[in-house]
Amino acid sequence: MLAVLTDPAFAGFLSATMRLAVPILLAALGGLYAERSGVLNIGLEGAMLTGAFVGFVTAYATGSIAVAVPAAIAAGGLFGIVLAFYAVTLGANQVVVGIAMNLVAVGVTSFFYRLIFGAGTDRPRIDTLLPPDFGALADWPLIGPLLFRQDALAFLALALVPLTWFVIARTRFGLDIRAVGEHPEAAETLGVNVTRVRYGAVAISSGLAGFGGATLSLAATGVFLDGMTAGRGYIALAILILGRRHPLGVLGAALLFGAADALQLRAQILPTGLPFQFLLMLPYVLTIVVLAGFAGRGGAPAALGVPFRRLKKD
Amino acid sequence: MGSMNAILARLPAGLAGSVAAVLAAFLVGAALIAAVGVSPVTAYAALFEAALGSANGLAETLVRTVPLALCGLGIALAFRAGVFNVGAEGQLFVGGAAAGAIGVAGAGLPSIVLLPAMALSAMIAGAAWSGIAAVLKLRFRADELITTIMLNYVAIHLVSFLLHGPLKDPNGALAQTARLTSDGRLPVLLGGTRLHAGILIVLVAAILAHLFLWRRTEGFRLRVVGLNQRAALNAGMNVRRAVLIGFLACGALAGLAGFSEVAGVQRRMIENLSPGYGYTAIIVALLGQTSPFGVVAAAFLFAALQIGATTMESAAGVPSTLTTVIQGLVVLFLIGRDAIPLIGDALARLGDALARLGRKSA
Repeated sequence: MLAVLTDPAFAGFLSATMRLAVPILLAALGGLYAERSGVLNIGLEGAMLTGAFVGFVTAYATGSIAVAVPAAIAAGGLFGIVLAFYAVTLGANQVVVGIAMNLVAVGVTSFFYRLIFGAGTDRPRIDTLLPPDFGALADWPLIGPLLFRQDALAFLALALVPLTWFVIARTRFGLDIRAVGEHPEAAETLGVNVTRVRYGAVAISSGLAGFGGATLSLAATGVFLDGMTAGRGYIALAILILGRRHPLGVLGAALLFGAADALQLRAQILPTGLPFQFLLMLPYVLTIVVLAGFAGRGGAPAALGVPFRRLKKD
Repeated sequence: MGSMNAILARLPAGLAGSVAAVLAAFLVGAALIAAVGVSPVTAYAALFEAALGSANGLAETLVRTVPLALCGLGIALAFRAGVFNVGAEGQLFVGGAAAGAIGVAGAGLPSIVLLPAMALSAMIAGAAWSGIAAVLKLRFRADELITTIMLNYVAIHLVSFLLHGPLKDPNGALAQTARLTSDGRLPVLLGGTRLHAGILIVLVAAILAHLFLWRRTEGFRLRVVGLNQRAALNAGMNVRRAVLIGFLACGALAGLAGFSEVAGVQRRMIENLSPGYGYTAIIVALLGQTSPFGVVAAAFLFAALQIGATTMESAAGVPSTLTTVIQGLVVLFLIGRDAIPLIGDALARLGDALARLGRKSA
């Protein structure tokens, strides 16, 4: 049993699990803010792609990941404000807005990528962020590969789990978010500005998704590819359901998906006899299974997906 | 017929909204072109000249219209039933694989038997794939938006497996089926071009969809369920049945698009059958206001945009992905038309404030 824990292949699997969980963890934590405030943020996918693109371009131009990450978060946040204008101010169908915004993100990122870098065959690269050397800590069983072989962005992402819990459960803003998500009319009566809270929640939501997207281009690959998020924003929505919109639950669910992704990467090398395409399907099939198993279980904020119309005086 | 009249009265407004959204998107597109340092007039002229200015260009535009319109019709029917089926892309791939498999297996059969068999199997395969999401929704309450997107990825990997394995042309190196015999191909309508009979399938499908929605009780039920599920339940309608029809119709039409691409364009099933027709068709369905003929018109417009964009890129140096931006903006402007009175209010308030300020200083 102990031999398994220190096995290099198993350690590699664990470290890949965490690495692959980070982008979807960030997007799902973002989705948590929006959904708890009653807004279904289908735009997580587009915000991730925007963040991946802006993060990449900024890192390419400045050579600094410390500049690129805030830029990606800001770009995601801006994306979220546009989405909130539709979903909150106009009260448009949140699913339609989300899909449309995601399609726009695909077009805008690939348009400006070609504009900046041309359509040439040699793809510009940036130096990816490497994990710091933790020395012997990296060899600790379980914790070593899970934590001490990760880069700084992964630590930031993990730190956001307790922070998100604190904000939602212990701050005035978090209380407002929950009130607005459960009963916007009552919250409004008590003097909470529903519109402002939802704008804030959606902007944070998409900003975190932008951060998650930036980890793909800055840490995981060092390049930007059209549509490189490959549905991770939608997977994050499933993670929210599985994690019951609670930060710790979301962390657990994100690790499960990271593990599925890591497993398919490993299994492609190992002689499993399974065609590689079936392994590639694994995270998507897992998402479907999770939705089928947990979707009907409730726990969603009462006002989720319902636009709020302020009561008129007349 | 009250509701019919209400819809007819609404139609011009809907059409005006669509046209305004398209114009606004093209305006933003012009600004982007200008940002590249190219004259928008030159770029758009190159685009539409290439797409519509010659017999061959027009034929290519019509060829591109076929998959966009068929997927768009399917998505529109699903939307009408209140089903957010965004899985047309995967359903198209599955349908194309079925058509390719039957086309290769049935080589030697006369065209009159083989083509319908291919089309039917593609529709069944597409409907079955969409049916998975229907069962997940109706039985497990799993949101179809996410399941259909996930099923798109699964379908593309599944088709890739089939083309690398069981369906692979034994005499070729690439992951594709053997070439279809001439009996398994849709006839070419205009010599010297690639325009194939798929465009006729589109017209028939649009007419049938229109008649279904506006002349059949089943279509009426579908629309009521989409507009107000509770009202439909109270009226004793079978909501689950209407939802299921929405899913299956979408899958069958997207599967048919896969058949048309295989039998009319590629002449075999290939790995990259679609560059995202199923996703663009979501916008096509919305721009066409989910009305069948509107969908065909929207598909034609986007097809022209896509065909012309390649020429615009080579002639004017504007990245062809500009079309994706314009397509997305069309939807944002379309659903953003409610902002016009808000902007009007804001301007009026601003005017009032300025007037007050003027009075004060006077």
